[in-house]
Amino acid sequence: MTVTETKPAAAPTVTETITAPVPSRGARFTGAAANYIDERTSISGLVKELGRKIFPDHWSFMLGEVALYSFVVILLSGTFLTFFFQPSMAVVTYQGSYVPLKGIEMSAAYSSSLNISFDVRGGLLFRQIHHWAALLFIAAIGLHMLRVFFTGAFRKPREINWFIGFILFVLAMAEGFTGYSLPDDLLSGNGLQIINGIIKGIPVVGTWISYLLFGGEFPGTKLVALFYSVHILLLPAILVAALGAHLLLMIINKHTQFAGPGRTNDNVVGVPIMPIFAAKAGGFFFVVFGVIVLIASFFTINPIWTYGPYDPSPVSAGTQPDWYIGFADGMLRLIPPGWEVVFFNHTYSFNIIVITVILIAFLAIVATYPFVEAWITGDKREHHIAERPRNAPTRTAIGAAGVTFYAVLWAAASSDLMATHFKVTIEGVIHVLQVLFFLGPVLAFFITKRVCLGLQKKDREIALHGYESGRIVRLPGGEYIEVHEQLDDYERWRLVSFNEHQPLVLQADANGQISGAQRTRAALSRWFFEDRIAPATKTDLERSSEHH
Amino acid sequence: MAQHDDGGTTAATGSAVVRSEPPVAKSGTAVVPTNAFENPGLPPHRLRATDLDPQKDRIAERRVYTLFFLSIVGSVFAVAAYVAFPLVPGDTNSVRLNNVFLGIGISLGLLAIGIGAIYWSKNLMRGDEMTESRHPTRGTEATREQAVEIFKLGNKESGFGRRTLIRNSLIGALVAFPLPAVVLFRDLAPAADPVPQLKHTMWATGTRLTHDPSGTPIKAADVTIGSVFHVIPEGLNDKEDRLEQKAKAAVLLMRLKPEDLKISAGRESWNYDGIVAYSKICTHVGCPVALYEQQTHHLLCPCHSSTFDVTNECEVIFGPAARPLPQLPIAIDSAGYLIAQSDFTEPVGASFWERA
Repeated sequence: MTVTETKPAAAPTVTETITAPVPSRGARFTGAAANYIDERTSISGLVKELGRKIFPDHWSFMLGEVALYSFVVILLSGTFLTFFFQPSMAVVTYQGSYVPLKGIEMSAAYSSSLNISFDVRGGLLFRQIHHWAALLFIAAIGLHMLRVFFTGAFRKPREINWFIGFILFVLAMAEGFTGYSLPDDLLSGNGLQIINGIIKGIPVVGTWISYLLFGGEFPGTKLVALFYSVHILLLPAILVAALGAHLLLMIINKHTQFAGPGRTNDNVVGVPIMPIFAAKAGGFFFVVFGVIVLIASFFTINPIWTYGPYDPSPVSAGTQPDWYIGFADGMLRLIPPGWEVVFFNHTYSFNIIVITVILIAFLAIVATYPFVEAWITGDKREHHIAERPRNAPTRTAIGAAGVTFYAVLWAAASSDLMATHFKVTIEGVIHVLQVLFFLGPVLAFFITKRVCLGLQKKDREIALHGYESGRIVRLPGGEYIEVHEQLDDYERWRLVSFNEHQPLVLQADANGQISGAQRTRAALSRWFFEDRIAPATKTDLERSSEHH
Repeated sequence: MAQHDDGGTTAATGSAVVRSEPPVAKSGTAVVPTNAFENPGLPPHRLRATDLDPQKDRIAERRVYTLFFLSIVGSVFAVAAYVAFPLVPGDTNSVRLNNVFLGIGISLGLLAIGIGAIYWSKNLMRGDEMTESRHPTRGTEATREQAVEIFKLGNKESGFGRRTLIRNSLIGALVAFPLPAVVLFRDLAPAADPVPQLKHTMWATGTRLTHDPSGTPIKAADVTIGSVFHVIPEGLNDKEDRLEQKAKAAVLLMRLKPEDLKISAGRESWNYDGIVAYSKICTHVGCPVALYEQQTHHLLCPCHSSTFDVTNECEVIFGPAARPLPQLPIAIDSAGYLIAQSDFTEPVGASFWERA
């Protein structure tokens, strides 16, 4: 670096400048500027530390990047929107350019949202950029979490970062919901009515939480201002802090890499930040931004002007929340009639309590899964190799069960649309989904586990016996055989480089006791690892070649 | 911090545990294979076309700067589109054109930078993969010992562990200081208790039933069999808290053949010649129950598919709602207009803790 070269004794530098070619003006300026900054910030240390840090490459590692970049797009487009939006529920008479709503009474929030759409050049574009980017943000977080889950990239030392990522996921959904509510249109007001109903169903505190949230009775006149503070200040501040921690830990832990020749648990194979990763990732930011803008230019999202201002009375059939809230909305629909009791003069709304408990339990399992798996395996080593999902059959099956569970709830949110589109009864759709709610995850678990084990068996066979070459040979005896070709070392490594676990064997502790926790752990361990395929070893290969 | 539980003292530095090697992490139930395959190492690097052919290298270079120039064109185009496609009041097509052309310009400006940079890195920058070694995440033994030492010094110099009363009172103070935040949020809502408000609506004895949203009164004679009316109480539109009142008072009015109605004891006089009025607010989570199936006399909530049977006093026949829709007792006044006999006899809408 130029900065460090200027430091040593002055004399030799002077003599050198006579002989060495004079640096160009640009280079002299860059050097001087770098020197100026370093002498005031010591930033050369950071450049030295991070500049040539290696990042591994895989398409699935881009999912987290998409989430990060769409968040930047959200911040940029959202800031633009704040310049024009009025977070107020004061009643105004609409006087803007959209003729069908002219002269109608509405909140200032809805009126200013219409003005952004119809009276600010580029306003509609930025509203749509903001909304599309938000949808992409949550989708990318979801896919990123699935990638991390199914490759076991949450294992030590990354359990804490998984948890921070989970917090980001929840914050992103909260941001989505608060943002969706701000325009104060008919649909968003309906969504708030539903939230209000759910909150009221919470025992003991529900009524009061609703009362404080809406500043009195629903819908009140304060919610938009409250949600505005939460949406543009409180949640983003927490989100940015958590995001910073997430990225910092990613740098400290270094990125995982997929198993492959030359890649070990002790190295990182990839490209350096300067210049290749910076160019790729920086370029990718512009691609993500560009694609979002392109979608926003051609595809309408949330056309609030067609819904009208909020009014508690009208509603249209087939109302749908934004897709990421669908799973919660769907669960509301699966509860059978009549789940409410009055007990000691108080109302217990089990149609609300049950879904709240299930939802919290589901999120709690997602948040704590890495710690549970670490406890079951007792594996205290660091893991930097992203596993192929088939090589952890039980975990992959748990993930598939979770995805199925989510998908059933998600489908339930559109039960009425499915009924009308496929010409079946709403009752029929709901009853099928009620059955799938219990059966779906179980089926997904067993099928996925069998598929993983089958794939592992196939891998093992290919590693030991080679692949089918397609060449058929007739033996002197008349028998036909297909010739199998052995894999080369690089290809075989991809199939054999994984760890196998054995079920935990119960052992008495120093007092000759076996604790309940140990018993639970052993049972879970058996459930995890009873069915397993060992990775092929050299001994296996030698043995198998003897047979041929 | 860092409680070493497995002893192994190697040097006599008081009670401090000094160790040069970090402990080997337990592998748990993982099987460490004995005769596993060896990692074959990185496969030989394959050169790209741009590495081998200077002609291709020049073409790639040209593509990259062309893309960057294209980006400038896109951004300038966006500025031009901003001016060239103004918004014409009342013309939604002008909004569409502004949206599309501004968007095309901006996205071209962005995409060309992105694609150019990625193409540059993939074809012209160094193409082979590099290796960097990882280090255990935990600090080195020396660092950890220094950290422990710092905490010990901190403890010693402050007396944090020794002066227990200072320590405990500090912890108490830190627990107590956020307490004001609990009360500070009370004034988000008005002083009045929410429960009485939730239990009553605008309907009162003699309040006329009027059309939603116009507010014109409804004559019983105009309600034909099979028809359905969306109803609000008279005077609602002049209310300061119009939306809050409407959120509780919205009503659906239907006329059925009197013989189709099953009427329970005590409700005989609540309908007028087959005209019945029910709360429009779903007893599940409060959506408006807006869909009426004339043939079956079912009311359907579009939010979560709760279905109510109007012939049977809006009993829940499907969906997650737990209670029937409350019925509004109605009659007619001397002019033949429909009026309410009283408020609803139970709270409307979603359940709440203090409802019963």
